[in-house]
Amino acid sequence: MIKDLKKDIKGILIEGLTLTSALVIIAIVVVMVTVIVIGGKDQISWEFLTSFPEEGMTKGGIFPAIYGTALLVIIMSVAAVPFGTITAIYLTEYAKEESIIAKSIRFAVRTLAVIPSIIYGLFGLGFFIKFVGTQMDNAFLGGELKWGQPNILWASLTMSLLTLPVVIVSVEEALKTVPRDLRAASLALGATKWQTIWKVVIPGSISGIMTGTILAVSRGAGEVAPILFTGAAYYLATLPGSLSDQFMVLGYHIYVMATQSANVDQTLPIQFGTTLVLLALTFILNISAIVLRYRIRKKKTN
Amino acid sequence: MAEKIIKSVAFLCITIIVLIFFFVFRESVPIFASAKTHEHTEATASSPEVQETYGEVTDQSSAPLVQETYGEVTDQSSEVQETYGEVVDSTASKSADETYTVSAGSGYDENQSALNTLMSKDWYPVSEKPRYGLFAIILGTFKITIISILFAAPLAILAALYSASFAGKRTKEIIKPTIELLAGFPSVVIGFFALMVLATFLQDIFNYDTRLNSFVGGIAMGIAAIPIIFTIAEDALTAVPKTYNEASLALGASKWQTAFFVILPAATPGIFAAILLGIGRVFGETMIALMATGNAAQMGLNPFESVRTLAATIGAEMAEVVFGDTHYNVLFLIGSMLFIFTFVINAVAEFYVKGKLMKRIQGK
Repeated sequence: MIKDLKKDIKGILIEGLTLTSALVIIAIVVVMVTVIVIGGKDQISWEFLTSFPEEGMTKGGIFPAIYGTALLVIIMSVAAVPFGTITAIYLTEYAKEESIIAKSIRFAVRTLAVIPSIIYGLFGLGFFIKFVGTQMDNAFLGGELKWGQPNILWASLTMSLLTLPVVIVSVEEALKTVPRDLRAASLALGATKWQTIWKVVIPGSISGIMTGTILAVSRGAGEVAPILFTGAAYYLATLPGSLSDQFMVLGYHIYVMATQSANVDQTLPIQFGTTLVLLALTFILNISAIVLRYRIRKKKTN
Repeated sequence: MAEKIIKSVAFLCITIIVLIFFFVFRESVPIFASAKTHEHTEATASSPEVQETYGEVTDQSSAPLVQETYGEVTDQSSEVQETYGEVVDSTASKSADETYTVSAGSGYDENQSALNTLMSKDWYPVSEKPRYGLFAIILGTFKITIISILFAAPLAILAALYSASFAGKRTKEIIKPTIELLAGFPSVVIGFFALMVLATFLQDIFNYDTRLNSFVGGIAMGIAAIPIIFTIAEDALTAVPKTYNEASLALGASKWQTAFFVILPAATPGIFAAILLGIGRVFGETMIALMATGNAAQMGLNPFESVRTLAATIGAEMAEVVFGDTHYNVLFLIGSMLFIFTFVINAVAEFYVKGKLMKRIQGK
């Protein structure tokens, strides 16, 4: 009896310990969200979202940062989504699961996913700006400095490399949910492999491609390290008009306001407001991706 | 035709990794090149002509020229390599000279360059006598990694065990999306939270002097690492075959005994991989390190002192550095180190786990 009781107590303790850990993690998330919502909610207004910073960024809004973030993720998606989708198609439709090529591509994708974001920043600087950009200047502009410096194009391309694995993984998962029978039926009707992919497989996995895009956008909107020295600017009086302009971005705005502005305490409400905007943006994107992915998985089990 | 195009696009990922390695490493090569040219210099140093040439190179090492040189790299790589060496060399020799006068007797002589200061503990890249000692920074990075893994790994693994073994369907539907949301938190937001709220909160509890230190930074980075560790650990725990669970229960073991003594040990390789990838995440984390660690390169082991990490050093200094300068090359060298470290961690996690897990589950 006593031995059993001891066992029970031990069991309750251990289960309690694991439950506590789960609760602590949930509590951390809740506390972070609450603190940022409480700190930032009074700052959010239509004016804050649509006006420029004023008086050395101590007043005014964050419109250029929102605009820059939007532009960044759009250019990034245009580059990352097609390449990611094609890679995923190759991995699921063409490559043999056990072939060395497929294995090394998968390994490369996973490596891309774990490389620190700051390394992408260095790569963007060393490759896009110092190598490609300078070559372009030399070839087209006779050495005049235009592309060989940080700008929104290079920042977006750098970011697209970072988000490429996100797209690949989501699209691959969706492609696998398209039933084998559909493919076989299409092929049996005389369609070529490419026609089957284009007309049957891709339409069947469009929601997966969307999930991938949304997740990539959410990741791209929040990352700061890759664009620290590939195009983000502290303050700009005008919106970026061309691909060779620098731009403001929400995450970088938070960083500079919180660590490098002259009067951190005075601008605290703006910082919390900006953080809330960024957090809300990534939350909305993530939740829609979670819902979409949930639907895909449900479809798979049916 | 379509297949060929698709295949070549798929190779892009591999190409990108090779390019990243090549271009990050390329920018750090001049440090090593300068050491070689130095020997050459000594041999011919007595000739005044050489000295003169060197002077010229130094004079022209202003930004526009260096940028032009960059563009030519592919066309005349060998020649540029040489120019590189010399440009860096002249600055490096200057630095070595000056360092010599300061720390006479500590083994410095004119032959030493930036390469030799790398192992020292002083990181003063922008002083008049620049020193690029990485020792304190590497120590700081490891210190903060250990703190954050000690915080995040037990929490995430126990929570994963709860989710995999004890939780009902309903609870799972709360835990997993919450973790996914946490994974979606931009690191700059976590950094901001740590800087504004967590730092003050922890200081009130523990009463230490420096508000921003490796403890605060470690906890904040731990928060960022929790989702990764949790997800991989949970995958490993649920991948343990159901028969293990059933056999254990049938033998009369209780639920917690099964979870703790059967399922957890069976999933050890996966959990090991989870911790490794968590380490990789923390090791390269930039924004949290920039915002919450105080960014002072100090040597001590006290967790309540400010530290500076490798990634934060790149993030903080790259924007202000002169392109092609030794400082610039050293920052890229740090980048190469980070890249190699995470690459190795990922490779170990991948191959070790696949091998071990397969063996265990198939019972060989």
